[in-house]
Amino acid sequence: MSDAAESPVAAATPDRPSLTELFRAFIVVSISGFGGALPWARRMIVEQKRWMTTEEFNEAFALAQFLPGPNVVNFSVVFGSRFGGAAGAAVALAGLMGPPLVIVTVLAILYAQFGELEILGRILTGITSAAAGLLIAVAAKMAMPLFAKRWGWPAAVAILAFIGVAIMRWPLPYVFAVLAPVAVALAWFFPAVKIGRPVKP
Amino acid sequence: MNDNPLITLFGYFALLSLFAVGGANAAIPEMHRIAVEAMHWMNDRQFADSFAMAQLSPGPNVIIVTLIGFHVAGFAGAGVATVAMCGPTCLVAFFAARTWDRFKHASWRIAVQAGLVPVSLGLIGASAFVLARAADKTAAAGLVTAATVAVAAFTRINPLWLFAVGGVLGLTGWL
Repeated sequence: MSDAAESPVAAATPDRPSLTELFRAFIVVSISGFGGALPWARRMIVEQKRWMTTEEFNEAFALAQFLPGPNVVNFSVVFGSRFGGAAGAAVALAGLMGPPLVIVTVLAILYAQFGELEILGRILTGITSAAAGLLIAVAAKMAMPLFAKRWGWPAAVAILAFIGVAIMRWPLPYVFAVLAPVAVALAWFFPAVKIGRPVKP
Repeated sequence: MNDNPLITLFGYFALLSLFAVGGANAAIPEMHRIAVEAMHWMNDRQFADSFAMAQLSPGPNVIIVTLIGFHVAGFAGAGVATVAMCGPTCLVAFFAARTWDRFKHASWRIAVQAGLVPVSLGLIGASAFVLARAADKTAAAGLVTAATVAVAAFTRINPLWLFAVGGVLGLTGWL
């Protein structure tokens, strides 16, 4: 059971997706998701279907990222269960994992057959450059609510996490283990900065 | 180890999935350690090719475990590795999501949420940065990245078109 319908941002989610819609949406996310499915999940859920607001998406994704395991896989379960219980979770997961399982199995058979994949490597180089750009754009869009308002500790925490992992190249679990409790404590003692809460302009 | 390879595969990936905070890409070094160094399932080149194929295939990058599983034990290996990597963590996510929703208005949950969102955003930014640095070895590749940022941020054009352009440029040796 989800009480999303009672939340103050329900206006942004006019229709609850049916199981079929969920399945289809995650198939599209999956087959579009070269170089990671996050940008496509956000595009589908926030920009196209408007099932969630930016803030709701950020919250759900933060939960998926905080849990162990593949983030987007977790996200499909978190999102699916919110809108359709266990069946919703199963359907979203099946939509997300089905197409790549088939594609990658075909690739594996070809690879076992031919081994050398010089040509795949060259195509991949180009696709990865574009995928990097897409991920940068998504990170910027997701960060908008964080930096658009008054700058406070949330912006500082985001910048520290970025520096720790991207610049210092510290192992991600360590950065997370140090920063997450600090950030939660800050949120507890300085709740005035309402990040992730719906704000009506 | 003389165990059935399916059991070994399952054990390793189920364990890894529960410790893989930060997602599939964060777990890549550990997968390499297991598959290449500890178990000698594949060599370096085969691991790198698997990573490339996982990237090339659409969908979550965690799909690399399917390729490792296939390499070790065919279709059964592919299935076992995928279920092991996704199963336990999906169950955790499912119950965590329900618990999370139940405490929607609890002040501790609001604090945890408000604290985690900026951490999460910083980490996504870091992935983008690391990916861009790994991918863009030439100025032309950097241009493809910059063009994609602009198109994805300011237009509603489907970014798949840019992926196609990037793929063709890569294939023809421009990048």
